[in-house]
Amino acid sequence: MEATVVANAPFHFYTRLHLTESTGIRICNLNEMVAALQEVPGSCIYHHTHKFLQQHEYLSPEPPNDFAFWAKEALGDDVLSEKLSSIDIIQFKTIRALREKIVSVMKEHMSANSYAADRCANPGKEFWLLKSVSFIIPTSYVANNLAEFARILEKITINSIYFHIFEARLRLEKESNDFSNWIADSIGDKELADMITRLDPYTYALEDLRRTVIKLIKKRM
Amino acid sequence: MAKIDDYTPIVGQSTIDDLRLLAGKLAGKKVCHYNSTAVGGGVAEILNRMVPLLKELGVDTRWEVIKGGKKFYEITKKFHNALHGKREQLLKSDYEVFLETNRKNAAEANLSSDIMFVHDPQPIALVEKKGSNKWIWRCHIDVSNPDKEVWSFLSGFIKNYDAAVFSSQKFSQILPIRQFLIAPSIDPLSDKNKELSPEAINSVLDNYAVPRDKPIITQISRFDRLKDPVGVIEAYKLVKKYIDCRLVLAGGTATDDPEGLAVLSEVQERAAGDPDIHILMLPQDDIAVNALQRASSVVLQKSLKEGFGLTVAEALWKGKAVVASNVGGIPLQVTHKYSGMLCNTVEGAAFNIKQLLNHPQYAKKLGENGRNHILNNYLLTRHLKEYMLLFLSVFQSQDMVYL
Repeated sequence: MEATVVANAPFHFYTRLHLTESTGIRICNLNEMVAALQEVPGSCIYHHTHKFLQQHEYLSPEPPNDFAFWAKEALGDDVLSEKLSSIDIIQFKTIRALREKIVSVMKEHMSANSYAADRCANPGKEFWLLKSVSFIIPTSYVANNLAEFARILEKITINSIYFHIFEARLRLEKESNDFSNWIADSIGDKELADMITRLDPYTYALEDLRRTVIKLIKKRM
Repeated sequence: MAKIDDYTPIVGQSTIDDLRLLAGKLAGKKVCHYNSTAVGGGVAEILNRMVPLLKELGVDTRWEVIKGGKKFYEITKKFHNALHGKREQLLKSDYEVFLETNRKNAAEANLSSDIMFVHDPQPIALVEKKGSNKWIWRCHIDVSNPDKEVWSFLSGFIKNYDAAVFSSQKFSQILPIRQFLIAPSIDPLSDKNKELSPEAINSVLDNYAVPRDKPIITQISRFDRLKDPVGVIEAYKLVKKYIDCRLVLAGGTATDDPEGLAVLSEVQERAAGDPDIHILMLPQDDIAVNALQRASSVVLQKSLKEGFGLTVAEALWKGKAVVASNVGGIPLQVTHKYSGMLCNTVEGAAFNIKQLLNHPQYAKKLGENGRNHILNNYLLTRHLKEYMLLFLSVFQSQDMVYL
């Protein structure tokens, strides 16, 4: 694939900044959690399954979602924590589907373990349901071919990469991430697009993800 | 005073670019901060740094201070204590003085900015004069367990705001308005946190007669029982049995605060006869605080209760190994055994200090992790970004906002 093949449509880079909003809802046990998770906005589910990607980039020992962390640290339920940690978020195309999975894991765990439903978090370890308010802002960066695309990826804010890989796919319910969609549709390189789609971004630190995507593109060029 | 570009070497160009981008989206909006004092205290400290930076970024910002008499401030001090959960005797006349002062200020003030950003309870009732503009109430206090009567009184005003802001999720409440979570921050370029040369550090230590011949354990805080200075000395004494070290307890106390002087007296009594305990009174000497933290092997914050506990962020920013109580906002700043050590007791504090003094490489690693955590989450630039997002958010109701 020629690095300078002109895309059918340019890629406009956006960035994403966020603010945390509290619902004011405090959860003390798993029963309450299951009930609340079925009611709260999707932005709550998104917040508690994605916060770690940016906030805890340097605190990697923490489990990959807040529900798993709470199950272990507050409820002392290592088995539930492991089940929640193991939910493969990349498999879910919508927040709705991810919510249903989390709730079903919790319900199954309560059915199988009579102690689980009412075991209370210690005082101060309750779960506060929060949500992410995202602000999507266009940047001045526009790529017309793969070479430009790779050059911009090297210098653009990590928040932009986060938006196009994670948020656009799951929150805006696109089939794949924005990079793969553009490379397939506008550059016409389905194979490279698939390689990027097959990455599990949840297993990378954000800067590693940046490097990996750039490497795949450069190798292709 | 630092300029916005001075922060680039610390936080990176993209962070500064984000701030400029957001400021551009606020073009044409006027913002007014309202609080109770222009100097002294954490709110004034933050506003003194933040307002000039917002102006430099092009956000039309002003800062006003409510005017009140001695009685008004005595009452708002009671409010403050009551919001922290302390029982206070408040009379009907106290509420009347509070309201009268707010109303007098409201009558004379310009409250027409597009965004009125009111800090803490003192000016909260200005919202009675709310027009069609947006009003935000910023609570800097730990209200996780407030006195019900005072909270109920304040809630009558809070519900008229467009949004409230708390420092931690633990402080948030069930409210009929939107509530955002924005943690406080430290300024890496302030006198308290900027880099210091070894000569400058030594000069401060010489000045306060603290030799550097032994590892130094330091707690910086005012002489207040909630900061547990006596517990700090007890922990030091447990450590001292095994490791020769010095303790620096540095802080201030207002001369008109009888409890502060009593605590200082207890601390001096407890420290009597030990030349390796240094009790230093350093009101408003930020360079000295900076130097003492930098000269320490371990920084301690053994509070019994804490709002956010920004002295922890200050020490972590300097790459120091920190031992701190598992209270208030401290666990947000310290992940146990990763970016510092958390403790719940005197014995636990002593055990952690010993571990860190005996394993300097481990202490160094915790300090490095802690500095990264502060860099990513608790610097003034993050705070600026979130305040600008907050200003934008009150004009939107969705969870995904395209600007």
